[in-house]
Amino acid sequence: MGLLNRNFGRILVFVYGVLALSATGRASVQLATKFHKAPGPYLLSGFAAIVYILATWALGTSRKATAVVVVTIEFFGVLIVGATHSGSVPLDKQTVWTDFGSGYGYVPLLLPFVVIWWLWFNSDRRGSRQARPPEHTAAD
Amino acid sequence: MGLIWAVVGALCAIAFLYVVVMMIREQFASNLLDALLAVIEVGLIVQLVAGLAKLSDAPADLSKPTWIGYLIGSLVILPVAWVWSQAERSRSGLGVLLVGLAVVPFLFLRLHQVWTTGG
Repeated sequence: MGLLNRNFGRILVFVYGVLALSATGRASVQLATKFHKAPGPYLLSGFAAIVYILATWALGTSRKATAVVVVTIEFFGVLIVGATHSGSVPLDKQTVWTDFGSGYGYVPLLLPFVVIWWLWFNSDRRGSRQARPPEHTAAD
Repeated sequence: MGLIWAVVGALCAIAFLYVVVMMIREQFASNLLDALLAVIEVGLIVQLVAGLAKLSDAPADLSKPTWIGYLIGSLVILPVAWVWSQAERSRSGLGVLLVGLAVVPFLFLRLHQVWTTGG
């Protein structure tokens, strides 16, 4: 299996790192200073932050199985939160996943697809198919 | 802050285009780019100082921790991108810098949004 943090994976790890930083910062402020205002969305912000930290770690250390699990959670998180937490949500009650991540250019919605493609691109099956030597013929 | 955002944002755009040219030419290191990134970082330090000074006449509903968080966050993006890109001298390494250079102006928009809506 190829290293997930090489080539295009290097960009992915950085993008996840930026989202992890952003989500952690947002969640920390929300949970520390105004938790009583909207506990649900703020706990969700904290959950999203953990997901992005784990995704950054899994991709950065080439842990494929963990990456698949975390990115799947991220995908369903974006879908569920996007479907239930959209419209005119005030800025201070938004999470990274609000309105399908529109506040982040829909990057949170698109990233899971990109990661799954990247994991497939680096999969053992594909790698072994590429590495297979040419088959011998009867003439050999 | 508007002037700082305009100048640093323009520098980010110039650096972004320069990195694209480097990618096309498969040139994976440039002293000029490093200097440009350093100038942008100085601009972001100026933004931090100006942003902290601006707190004295902040709107009543401004979330100060959010404001300060974005000021500091914008400061760390490019150094992290640079370090991460140095470990792999390739188009992907340059791609990391492209993302970093796109994120910084985006953070200016967020700062403006936080200031005007309270964050």
